[in-house]
Amino acid sequence: MMDVETKRSLDFNTTTFTNERRAPEGFAPIANEIRRDIVRALVRAGSGHSGGPLGSTDVFAVLYFGGYMRYKADDMHWAGRDRFVLSAGHMVPVQYATMANAGMYPKPELATLRKFGTRLQGHPGRDMHLPGIETSSGSLGQGISIAVGMAMSDRLLDKNDHRVYSLTGDGELQEGSVWEAAMSASNFKLDNFCWIIDNNDCQIDGRVPDVMDVYPIKEKCEAFGFDTIVVDGHDYADLQRGFDHFLANQANKTGKPTCIIARTFMGHGVSFMNDKFEWHGKPPTHDQAVAALEELSAHP
Amino acid sequence: MTPTLLGSKPTRFGFGDGLVDLGERHSNVIVLGGDITGSVMTSLFRDKFPDRFFSIGIAEQNATTIAAGLALSGKIPFFASYGAFCAFRNADQLRISVAYNETNVKIGGGHAGISVGPDGATHQVLEEVSFLRTLPHMTLIVPGDYEEARKATIAMGEMVGPAYIRFGRSPVPMFTTADTPFILGKANQITDGDDVAIIANGALLWEAVLASEELAKKGIKARVINVHTVKPFDFEAVTNAARECGCIVTAEEHQVHGGLGGAVAECCGKNAPVPIEFVGVKDSFGGSGEPEELMIKFGLTWREIYASALVAMERKEKGSTGVRAIKDVASYA
Repeated sequence: MMDVETKRSLDFNTTTFTNERRAPEGFAPIANEIRRDIVRALVRAGSGHSGGPLGSTDVFAVLYFGGYMRYKADDMHWAGRDRFVLSAGHMVPVQYATMANAGMYPKPELATLRKFGTRLQGHPGRDMHLPGIETSSGSLGQGISIAVGMAMSDRLLDKNDHRVYSLTGDGELQEGSVWEAAMSASNFKLDNFCWIIDNNDCQIDGRVPDVMDVYPIKEKCEAFGFDTIVVDGHDYADLQRGFDHFLANQANKTGKPTCIIARTFMGHGVSFMNDKFEWHGKPPTHDQAVAALEELSAHP
Repeated sequence: MTPTLLGSKPTRFGFGDGLVDLGERHSNVIVLGGDITGSVMTSLFRDKFPDRFFSIGIAEQNATTIAAGLALSGKIPFFASYGAFCAFRNADQLRISVAYNETNVKIGGGHAGISVGPDGATHQVLEEVSFLRTLPHMTLIVPGDYEEARKATIAMGEMVGPAYIRFGRSPVPMFTTADTPFILGKANQITDGDDVAIIANGALLWEAVLASEELAKKGIKARVINVHTVKPFDFEAVTNAARECGCIVTAEEHQVHGGLGGAVAECCGKNAPVPIEFVGVKDSFGGSGEPEELMIKFGLTWREIYASALVAMERKEKGSTGVRAIKDVASYA
C-alpha cells in the first residue's frame, strides 16, 4: 500500500495497477490515485478541466482496471485490443491519468500536460502517438461516431469479438451529430458497442437543463435503440453491473448496443469542487491542490 | 498539339467505375452511402460489393466520422455525396476527424459547380476547393474528364491519407485516354506555348483547349496546363509557366477567389510575379437553368478564357499596372 506522504505529494510516483476482475472495494485505491494524478497534473498545467475528469474517474477505474477493456499496456497497437474513444475530449486529463496508472506510458510524463512539446495535448491529438489515444477529439459529438465506425469494422467486416467503448458528456448530447451516431449504432445492431454518458448535469454555462434541456436522457437513448441502464457513477458495484450488462449483450448477440448512463457529480472526491459547474474548465491553484490531495489521501 | 475529342461523359461516371475497379483490387475498400448513391454513382460499387457498402442515410457528419473510425480500423472508406453537403455540412468533421487525425478517409464530392443545372444555387457548390485546400494533410483532386476521374479515384484509394475528389453531374468532353499519365500532384501540360499560360481543371479544361485554338488563329501560342491535383500543388509546373510565358489565365468552375486561381496567385506571388487573370464565378451564387445557359451566364466558356488571355498579354507588355484604371480594381469582376 502507498504511504500517506506519497499520496499527499504533489509529485508523481510510479505505481501502476493491473486490469482484472475485482471486488468492488478493490477499485477505490486505483480511483483515488487517478484523482490525485489529475490534481497533480492540472496544478502544474495551470489550465484545463478539473470537474469532469474527477467526476468520471470511478467510471474509468472500473472500465480500465476491471477486466472490461482488453489491452496490453506495453503494446497499445496490439490488434486484438478493445477500443476506448473519449468523445468528450476536454475530459482527457482523466484518460491520461488512467492510461499512466495502467502503465501505457511513464506516469511522470503527466507533469507535461498542456505544455509546449508535450504528447499530452489539451485535447487528445492522434498526431502525438501517445499509446492508448485512438483518435483526436475535442470538437464534441465526433468521437462517438468514430467509435461507431470502429464497431462496424469489428462487428460487420472483420467479424471479431472486439468491444468499442465511447464516453460522451451530457452537455455533449446537445450536439445533433451525437444522435446521428446513436441512430446508426442501433441500425447496424452493434451489440459490441457501449456508449457511456457521464451524466453530471453540469456544463460550462451552468446546469444542463438551464443551458439546453436534454432530458429525458434514458428515454431518448431507448428510443434510439439502445439497451439503456442507469448506474450510480460513484458506486463500483453498480458500475460493474452496467458493464456486465454490456458484456452480456455482446455475448448473447442481442443485436442491441448498450448505453450506460453514469450519474456522477462533477469534481467528485474533492469536497469544494463537488457538483459545482464552476469547476468545469479550471485547474486548482497550488493551495487548492494541496487541500485536494490532503482530502484524497485520507482514503484507501 | 491539340488533343482529340473522344465524345463526352460525366466525371461522376469515372468516379463510379474507378470505385468498382478499386473494390476489385482491394478487399478493404468500403463505401458509405448518403442516400444519393445513384447520383454519385456509388450504386455501382453497392451492387457489386453489397457486403462492403453501408447506407448511412442523410447524415453527412456521421458518415464522415464513421469513415474515420473505419479508417482507424484499417479500412479504406469512401463517402460520396453532393459537394454542397460532404464538404461543408461536415466541415468540422473533415477538419478534425479526417485531416488532423490523418485518417485514410476518401470523400467524393459530386454535382460540383453550376453545371448541376436546374437544381439551383443551394446544390451548386462553388466554394469547397477554397476550404479543402487549407486543410493540412488533405489531398484535393479536380479531374477534367471521365478517364481522368477514373484514374484519380484509383490513385486516391491507393495513396495513404485523407483525400477529396470533386466531380460533376453533366457530361464533359473526353480527351484523355488510358495511356495519358496521371500522377497525383503532377500537372499535365496539354498544349505547348510560351505566350500565355492557361491553367485550368475540371469542366473548364476543354474550354481552355478551345480558347488555345482560337488564340492560335491569331498566332498566339498558349500553354494549357491541367492542374488536376490542387493539393499537393505543382509549384514547379506553375512557376515554370509563369517564368516562361510571363502571364497566366486561370479557369475553374468555382469562385475565382480561394480556389485554383488563388493557389496559382499564391505560387506566383512568391516565385514569379506575373499578370494573372481569373476566369471563374465572380463572388456570386448560382441559379437554375440548363448547364450550357449557366456556363454562359456566369462566364465560364472559352470566350472568357480567350478574352482574359488577351488582357493578360496586354498587361505583360504594358506592365501589370498599365491596363486597369483604379476605379475598376475593387471587384472580383
